[in-house]
Amino acid sequence: MILQSVKMAYTAILSNKLRSFLTMLGIIIGVTSLVVLVSLVGGASDSVTEGISESGKTLITVSILKDKGKPLTWEDVSELEKKESISAAAPAGNTGSTARGRGKSVDIQITGTTPGYFEIQNLKTAYGRTLKRADLDNSTYSVVLNNRAAKELLGTDDAAGEEVVIGGKTYRVAGVLEKSKVSGWNAEQMEAYIPYSTLMRSADDIRYVNNFYLTADSQEEMKNAETEVTDFLKTRFGNDEKAFQVMNESQILELMESTQRTLMLMLGGIAGIALLVGGIGIMNIMLVSVTERTREIGIRKAIGADYAGIMTQFLIEALALSLLGCLIGILLSWGIIQTVNWFLPQYHFRMVKEVILAATAFSAVIGVAFGIYPADKAAKKKPIDALRFS
Amino acid sequence: MIQLKGVSRIYQMGEEQFYALRKVDLHIRKGEFVSIVGPSGSGKSTMMNIIGCLDCADEGQYLLDGQPIENYSEKELARVRNRKIGFIFQNFNLLPKLSAAENVALPLIYQRLGTAKQKERVAWALEQVSLKDRMGHRPSQLSGGQQQRVAIARALASRPALFLADEPTGALDSRTGREIMDIFHMLHEKGNTIVIITHDEGVADQAERKIRIRDGRLSEVKI
Repeated sequence: MILQSVKMAYTAILSNKLRSFLTMLGIIIGVTSLVVLVSLVGGASDSVTEGISESGKTLITVSILKDKGKPLTWEDVSELEKKESISAAAPAGNTGSTARGRGKSVDIQITGTTPGYFEIQNLKTAYGRTLKRADLDNSTYSVVLNNRAAKELLGTDDAAGEEVVIGGKTYRVAGVLEKSKVSGWNAEQMEAYIPYSTLMRSADDIRYVNNFYLTADSQEEMKNAETEVTDFLKTRFGNDEKAFQVMNESQILELMESTQRTLMLMLGGIAGIALLVGGIGIMNIMLVSVTERTREIGIRKAIGADYAGIMTQFLIEALALSLLGCLIGILLSWGIIQTVNWFLPQYHFRMVKEVILAATAFSAVIGVAFGIYPADKAAKKKPIDALRFS
Repeated sequence: MIQLKGVSRIYQMGEEQFYALRKVDLHIRKGEFVSIVGPSGSGKSTMMNIIGCLDCADEGQYLLDGQPIENYSEKELARVRNRKIGFIFQNFNLLPKLSAAENVALPLIYQRLGTAKQKERVAWALEQVSLKDRMGHRPSQLSGGQQQRVAIARALASRPALFLADEPTGALDSRTGREIMDIFHMLHEKGNTIVIITHDEGVADQAERKIRIRDGRLSEVKI
């Protein structure tokens, strides 16, 4: 019986292709927007969180908002490493400049920092060494390049000992970092790391430390590390808690995740409304179809179809319309996501399985919910009245 | 086979009550070929609807194949129509989007017969009306006479207790009409019970018994 109804639905849908397609369009648009939007949001925030969690769950970020006449120096930050719960601490001062090596000039991102930074950010050298305490004490012109910068400037990543000119000063390349495994949004930049003291000397606007990073000894020590750095800063800035901000990795992750959730819910809600509108379209056409096929219903009833028989036939037709629309929508989403991936290869968007399941389930519910009324109307027709209809 | 005892069908027309059938008694035995003849508005269609279980009587008793048809639910009436009655209509009432074979299979689908059995029955029924070679044709690809033969095959396929025909030759030319009547004679010879409702005396005279209906009352007529 069900199989027969599916066959009948198939015939009915194919016998009026344009109308069936237009009916499904609402569902197609709804499903496509749902799957594409949720997959894109999911993919984008995945690549950001991937980048964050790579550097560990023990990271604490500190920003100085007001120095109250007692600014921090890089030596102060390094002193923090002596605390028991803190394994590394490093300032980060950022500036941009032009670098030249072997005749080639590129724009480069410069980070002035201390040796602890490489441990905190989990940066490892492929060739040479990272920065040393002596580099800071003597404000040497030593630089650690990331893999891309070394290749662009010097043509090889085996560039330790070579020279590059950054901002008019000649630096000796102390080391080159390993190629980044993260293929997210920050993988393609060119970066150079120099001693904080050297940066202070060459950049006019950087004199003290405004941002620095810490890693706790372990995840369990996070709370202690946070308390210790907060206490230290409070003492320094006369108990003014608004003078600085201490943020940890999990807070940033939580913030990201809640933003992502809200965004997905919002987009999902909009797509859900589109699906609902699609359902109304199905109901509309099913009602027209029931009236048009009054005679058919009469014949079927005269020949022996009962309420359930006609009900099943029309309900399955509505369900088939919405599920077919859903399938087309999913295929279309797949196409769109592949196209986006082709244009933006650094992201790797993929369809989220849960969304596909949710979209299918939602379409099925809509097909049944909006199919019930027309199907009931059809099944309740009296055979004599229906046969007289022409 | 068919027994009507004091059957009335009453329509409410504003204040007045209109008797489409007035205390009708009728007895049709198994294997009989009966025609019910009358002008339009005589209660013919109401008669057909009640015998065919498309409608229920307001008064009286109706026994079909020994079963009283009263207080039946929609579902039970559908079942009776499906298994006991083979309808043949004036305008064939085939489904235009289905092939001849699919049309014939329709009552069998509602009987939930297995696919193999269905195929066998459909082939047999179309064979009876000599249309086996037109199985895959749509109604629009068939002539009127052929369409009516498909409709007869559809009635035949469910092996009903009663063939109920409503002006079966009404939409056909006289030669094709004769062909259709020949099929009814053939069915009758094989022992089937047939009731034909018509206004055409020529058709009515071909039956074993002729019953006239006028103003909702029946009278037996000698042929």
